[in-house]
Amino acid sequence: MSTDYRRLTRDGLWDNNVVFSQLLALCPLLAVTASATNGLGMGLATTAVLMASGATVAVFRHFITPAVRIPVFVLIIATIVTAVDMAMNAWVHDLHKVLGLFIPLIVTNCAILGRAESFASKQALGPALYDGLMMGLGFTLALVVLGATREIIGSGTLFANASLLLGQAFSFLELRLIPDYHGFLLVTLPPGGFLALGFLLAAKRRLDARLARRAEARALAVAAAES
Amino acid sequence: MTTPLEPSYRQRAGYQAGLLGGFATMAAVLLVMSNLITREPIEARRREDLMASLVQVIPPALHDNDLLADTLTVPVDGSQRVIYRAVRDHAITALAYQVTANGYAGDIDVLMGVDPQGEILGVRVLSHAETPGLGDKIETAKGDWIRGFEKLSLDNTPDAAWAVKKDGGRFDQFSGATITPRGVVAAVHLGLEFFQANRARLLALEVPIAISTKGTTP
Repeated sequence: MSTDYRRLTRDGLWDNNVVFSQLLALCPLLAVTASATNGLGMGLATTAVLMASGATVAVFRHFITPAVRIPVFVLIIATIVTAVDMAMNAWVHDLHKVLGLFIPLIVTNCAILGRAESFASKQALGPALYDGLMMGLGFTLALVVLGATREIIGSGTLFANASLLLGQAFSFLELRLIPDYHGFLLVTLPPGGFLALGFLLAAKRRLDARLARRAEARALAVAAAES
Repeated sequence: MTTPLEPSYRQRAGYQAGLLGGFATMAAVLLVMSNLITREPIEARRREDLMASLVQVIPPALHDNDLLADTLTVPVDGSQRVIYRAVRDHAITALAYQVTANGYAGDIDVLMGVDPQGEILGVRVLSHAETPGLGDKIETAKGDWIRGFEKLSLDNTPDAAWAVKKDGGRFDQFSGATITPRGVVAAVHLGLEFFQANRARLLALEVPIAISTKGTTP
């Protein structure tokens, strides 16, 4: 069975993006995206869990029967998240202090169960790992874009506290875009998350529609030139 | 998953139950193992964090003892409160103890340092689950708000001022998060009242602590 890795990449990052197309994982999405840095941290942690759970499910896919698959997947995911939480607390303590609040939230991310169910349970280890990576990166992209939008409009900064997450070397990312900005509270609060997400979804639809129209026009032009 | 030719033994309830039980056992074993492996590093990190926080609420110049070793346990409202005592030249120079505030999302553990006159040396948040970006400004990493407690005492700040500005007090609330600072202010206020009520007991040095053997035994 050959796997179209290019298709997987495109699906994960854009065409079938967890947030922008599947509209999954909205709970952690809206909870953490008040800033771009939080979005990045949550996205990376989720990517790790997606890959680990996808790989585990793919390895055991021949043993798991349809009747009990959901409880088994939930067990696998919850175990991985808890183990990751403990390991990070023990060995990357500084990162855990920043992300600690969000790690348990990963369990509530239905995208992970969704990928285990719809992809990893039917695929070999390699494609399942790769799909987890691409879906995770797509989710990270959505979190960072939404976080950046809300942070810029809500507090006038971008990647504030990035050095806490990535280390001092990345402090250049921390920008204050609008000096003496008093903030726009609505955008920082959860309703602002819904609003910002709505605008981003509309923007993506519009972009997709325009791309489709352009592709159609090109196909027509080619057909006209040939006749 | 949806293989049409499912072997018949897989249809039995026993297989399903065994499968689920097997995975549950595996998960339990994995979790117990990770707990065993990570327990000590996590405990060590917790102590490092506590020490790092203690250093911030009790200036190192104030003591020559091991803060984590010289502790006193006082029963408060049915639970035990650990008091860390800074001792220099056989006199108590500062106390630190943990108080718990009611936050927006569960308890906030707050460590406060107090000098023998009841003046606050410093306040730091040890752990909390407040909303990132809103309530987490109580951390020193995210804001200077918590430093506003320094040098305050029950003597120089009237009871009515121990509240956020919205409630007529002297402390700023955060935009979008009033419950968090309100809880912290109330907890620190209670912490000072605890000190005042137990002052004599807390500052008594005759309790056998490590420092009392210094200089007396060769």
